[in-house]
Amino acid sequence: MDKTGKRKAFNTIKDHEDIKFRRKIFISKCVRKAMSLFRIITLIGISYIVLSPMISIISRAFFSESDVYNAMVYLIPQNGTLKNFKLSILRMNYWKTLGYSLLYIGTLTILQLFVCSTVGYGFARFEFPFKKLLFGCVILTIVIPSYTIMLPLYIHFRNFDPLHLSSLLGIGAQNWLTTVKPIYLMTILGCGLRSGLFIYIFIQFFRGIPKELEEAAFVDGAGAFRTFFTIMLPNAVPSIITVTVFSLVWQYNDSFYSGLFGIKSDYLISVKLASLTGTINSLDQIINPELQQAYLDAGIVLMVVPSVIIYILLQRKFVEGVERSGIVG
Amino acid sequence: MNRRKKMTLSRKRAITGLIFISPWLIGFITYYVRSLIQTVIFALSEVKDSEHGGFTTAFTGIRNFRYALMQDAEFNQILVNSIRDIVIDVPMIIFFSLFLAILLNGKFRGRTLFRALLFLPVIMNAGVIMNAIRDAQTAISGGLSAVAKDMAVTRSSTMAMMLSTFVEFGIPQKLIAYLTQAIERIFSIVRASGVQTIIFIASLQSISGSLYEVAKIEGATAYETFWKITFPMVSPLILTNVVYTIVDSFVTSEVVKKAEEMAFTNFEYGISSAMSLISTVIVCLILLILGYFLSRKAYFYN
Repeated sequence: MDKTGKRKAFNTIKDHEDIKFRRKIFISKCVRKAMSLFRIITLIGISYIVLSPMISIISRAFFSESDVYNAMVYLIPQNGTLKNFKLSILRMNYWKTLGYSLLYIGTLTILQLFVCSTVGYGFARFEFPFKKLLFGCVILTIVIPSYTIMLPLYIHFRNFDPLHLSSLLGIGAQNWLTTVKPIYLMTILGCGLRSGLFIYIFIQFFRGIPKELEEAAFVDGAGAFRTFFTIMLPNAVPSIITVTVFSLVWQYNDSFYSGLFGIKSDYLISVKLASLTGTINSLDQIINPELQQAYLDAGIVLMVVPSVIIYILLQRKFVEGVERSGIVG
Repeated sequence: MNRRKKMTLSRKRAITGLIFISPWLIGFITYYVRSLIQTVIFALSEVKDSEHGGFTTAFTGIRNFRYALMQDAEFNQILVNSIRDIVIDVPMIIFFSLFLAILLNGKFRGRTLFRALLFLPVIMNAGVIMNAIRDAQTAISGGLSAVAKDMAVTRSSTMAMMLSTFVEFGIPQKLIAYLTQAIERIFSIVRASGVQTIIFIASLQSISGSLYEVAKIEGATAYETFWKITFPMVSPLILTNVVYTIVDSFVTSEVVKKAEEMAFTNFEYGISSAMSLISTVIVCLILLILGYFLSRKAYFYN
């Protein structure tokens, strides 16, 4: 075979390879397109499942009386009205209750952040006797459902007399039920709503921070507490955001502790909302359950809006924060 | 001055550490340990309210447990139902949230929007809202089944017929029953898997990209990459999510309602304590068994 023939053969092989390569690229492109199409379709479907009850609740919140009775009306009200919202705002004493709830939840969240981060730091960085056992106890508080201990807690706070101190002081045992004091006390002592989980998150996060930072601070003469507040806490922003969002949202929606301690509905909007139907029934003589439902839906929208706003404000940082917060360990 | 010198650094550190954890330690002892012991005592005795808000207990042995399990009309059934629900839901929730996390992990337009949407159910987790949502769902699915009925009449093909063809293909009936049940529960499964999805996304993000690069260079397919890299790396988090899911679903289950009702409407503190103890022990057993098997299978990077 002469030289040109060789080159020709080589070129045909090259062309052939080229075609093969292009086909491969084309196929992988198709696969990728198909995958992203599949993803979008699935996600839209799931979003529909998540949103559909919400959509129907929002739409029904605008239904007027004639829409409620009209079986032909579906999702889009014929005579939309804001009457439901007006009455719900009035009967829930909305602005005042919302203010109180936000104050209550905000202070609880700050306390929880403070307590859980200090405890987490203590576990992550210091060696002390029985550390493994105590860490196991933290896990235990996550695993044991809080309803197991609800009765002793109930009785404890109905008859609040720690170490018989108040009896000794001559005040006698006090009934702390229907007040917010029990929850504050429990949160300060690291036993609030899912405090165990938050402590765990902080432990995992602080473990991941390099020790050199603290050692430098220590060499420069900072004590343990100063190191914690000036170096560790500012570095723990991802965890702090994660815990803040979870704590805010869970406290806002909590019905277990608020029900157990019988917290007055003026302090908590979720309790107020639970009694809204009854209030409207007795005060406004609206007995039809479907009409009541429209008012309740308006109330739900009113209750959800603040938490959605909080979430949207913290959202971007939250999702990024979870990634670095130590949940993953 | 002399005394301070005697204290070694490690001892000093230990004391500082104890100071850091002291709030939690006090709370744990006064609320968890004490309350747990008290619950056990309550469950083993007859509790009576006395005046001044106090109470008296009289030891009765296992009578409360016997009442809860043998005599109470509903408790048995509620307990079995809750456990069955958990057994059905947990694998579905884990599978679904992992699937969703993988879908949401890639870079594509609208990712933030979808992530925000998926967290909505967690935001709206309050009891009242859940009830209203359940009503809305029954309305929706009622409408859907009505539509399905109409279609079935016109096309004369029913769901049952379709299912029977699957059976004829030799697919085990139990699997089909499980899947149809899962489809019926899709609302609650999607709603319950918000937190789990976020945890999985976080763990997927923490897998280092170099692992995938190596796999690509070595010529691994996407399928192989998933089973050889992604799955082992997120497997510890599966355990976390299983624990979270079980605890979370038991807290909102009927058993708790029953125990609360026993305590606060019937004032049977002893029986209520026995009921919550029984369910807690069962939850812990399930967790122990699952934890044992999963932690053996899970791959720990460090």
